[in-house]
Amino acid sequence: MRIDFERRLEPSRLIAFLVPILSVILALVVGGSLLLAAGADPVETYRAMFDGAFGTKYARSEMLVKAIPLMLTGLSVAIAFRMLFWNIGAEGQLVIGAIATAWVPLFLLRESQLPGSVLLVLMGVAAFVGGALWGLVPAVLKAFLRVNEIITTLMMNYIAVLLMDYLYTGPWKDRQGYGFPGTASFKEIISLPRLPEWFSAGRVHLGIVVAVVAALLIWLVLIRTKWGYEVRVIGENPRAARYAGISLARNIVLVMMCSGGLAALAGYGQVAGIAFRLQKGIAVGDGFTAIIIAWLAKLHPLGVLIVAILMAALSVGGDQITITMGLPAAMARVLQGAILFFVLGGEIFVRYRPRIVRTADLAE
Amino acid sequence: MDLALLISILTVTIQAGTSLVFATVGEILTERSGILNLGLEGIMIMGAVSGFAAAYHSGSLLVGVLVAMLVGALLASIHAFLTVSLRTDQVVTGLALTLFGGGLASFLGQRLGPGGRPLVGEVGPKFLKTPLPALSDIPFLGQALFKQDALVYVMYLLIPLAAYYIYKTRPGLHLRAVGENPAAADAMGVNVTRTRYVHTIVGGMLIGLGGAHLSLAYTPGWTENLTGGRGWIAIALVIFATWDPLRAVFGAVLFGGVNAVQFRLQAAGTTVPAAFLGMMPYLFTIIVLVVITWWEAFRKRVGAPAALGLPYVREERG
Repeated sequence: MRIDFERRLEPSRLIAFLVPILSVILALVVGGSLLLAAGADPVETYRAMFDGAFGTKYARSEMLVKAIPLMLTGLSVAIAFRMLFWNIGAEGQLVIGAIATAWVPLFLLRESQLPGSVLLVLMGVAAFVGGALWGLVPAVLKAFLRVNEIITTLMMNYIAVLLMDYLYTGPWKDRQGYGFPGTASFKEIISLPRLPEWFSAGRVHLGIVVAVVAALLIWLVLIRTKWGYEVRVIGENPRAARYAGISLARNIVLVMMCSGGLAALAGYGQVAGIAFRLQKGIAVGDGFTAIIIAWLAKLHPLGVLIVAILMAALSVGGDQITITMGLPAAMARVLQGAILFFVLGGEIFVRYRPRIVRTADLAE
Repeated sequence: MDLALLISILTVTIQAGTSLVFATVGEILTERSGILNLGLEGIMIMGAVSGFAAAYHSGSLLVGVLVAMLVGALLASIHAFLTVSLRTDQVVTGLALTLFGGGLASFLGQRLGPGGRPLVGEVGPKFLKTPLPALSDIPFLGQALFKQDALVYVMYLLIPLAAYYIYKTRPGLHLRAVGENPAAADAMGVNVTRTRYVHTIVGGMLIGLGGAHLSLAYTPGWTENLTGGRGWIAIALVIFATWDPLRAVFGAVLFGGVNAVQFRLQAAGTTVPAAFLGMMPYLFTIIVLVVITWWEAFRKRVGAPAALGLPYVREERG
């Protein structure tokens, strides 16, 4: 006996809807058995994770704070993946964005009397440009020399993180910081405005608006403009795109600059909205979680926003079980990875129907 | 430069390159069957943590190595099941494996120490240098090549064996056929599904073994992010080696050499900041990849198996 897959005439909408839900449940089962093996009560742990993310107004607010960089890096990865350009470098692009953000008020315009809002805009522009240039390197290598972008974007992550560590522990280190590894803090006027009280209890900053606007813009560009159309054709059928005379090289370069810039804005939010300096804890793997987010959202920009919130909940909940139950925060990463496995594995049932074939039939 | 320094650099080069050779040869076997496994980093780090934990609790290095290989095989079989049987996207599946493996290794590292405590900082058994009689007496090269740990000698044997298997045996011929043209291989009567499963899983065992060499010999013990991107460097080395195990040696020696020079410079108290020395392997990977891609394109030769990354569905072949 064996199982065969028959192609469905129409992809099943019901199954397409069920796959993500079942995937989350199955991933929780896998994580639960791991928790059992580690001697923890799965139900209690999951409840603690849930409360840690949704339980109080403060928790919900912190979850949104965590969602901001995940949304922006998720969008960054999604637009690159749309064209089958495997940008695994969102982490490094985020870091470059953080460095550029800190560079403007600490060095470029240190003595300037510009108002905070102007400085904040300039910092955002610097971050976007920095990330775009960092993304440009693998794009050019891919577009003109066909160098494997998975490796180049990934290697550039390590380089960016080492560069940032070097800056805030070396030449950019705060001399009055009592040995604290980080740059000096920005002046008080330089911080991204927080959202009003009715929306959040704490640190949710303007970055979330930037992320939502970016998602809407990308969605509009994809469905309404010629450029968006070209990007979609390249992603769905590169060969057809070539016959239609769509320039692959030009689109790789343009999309990757946007992709790098978006990820860099995530770094901008972390520095200008949360830390107000360059310090440890800026690169925490958001650029990698972004890959899971983009894929779960089926590369849809609005879907990215929703999935980013879910992944942020897992992540904040994971931190919570470390504090309250002494369990490793890596539990969240295990769950995220497992969800992706099940979603990937479930996709075949949308397009194919499983059929049990008895070996006797095969022999005929 | 004096001889002792050269010998010591070469010795460290080989030590640093060993885990890369295991992972690179494992990935070559996998990719030759047409399966791209980007989960190397995740498999390697899981091999490192499970190998060290098993050796720590059993007191036996052999148990550690075997557990690391078993874990590598298990993770690779997830990849094989998803990509071969469920026809998932190989790139994203591999990335999922890396993310999952990284998270799981971190989780286990926090729990697998004595009494459920973290493993970090624990001292366990490690491979010692075992000089080979006679061979290690050869001047210069003997000292560098044959005063190493047991896994290095296993690596020496693996390279020619893998090359012989791929190019000179019948299953090796079938393997190459499946990677180049699965439909033709299928028509020849080769079981495409089984070939892909077997080589992905055997590849995973070798990748896990590479991880074990890190935690049991090269940098004994467990720390977070122990692999530090070596899995990804190995993927670049597969391209560098043009899918040939013999050429993988040069790549691993090159990268091991970069590591050795980096250590030397650090020890010698250079004025170059440690961060820039730390960037060397990654920067070097990019440069090497660019040069090799350009060179292969210039010679109009593509070394990649033609069916790499493509699922094979008998009913839908075109």
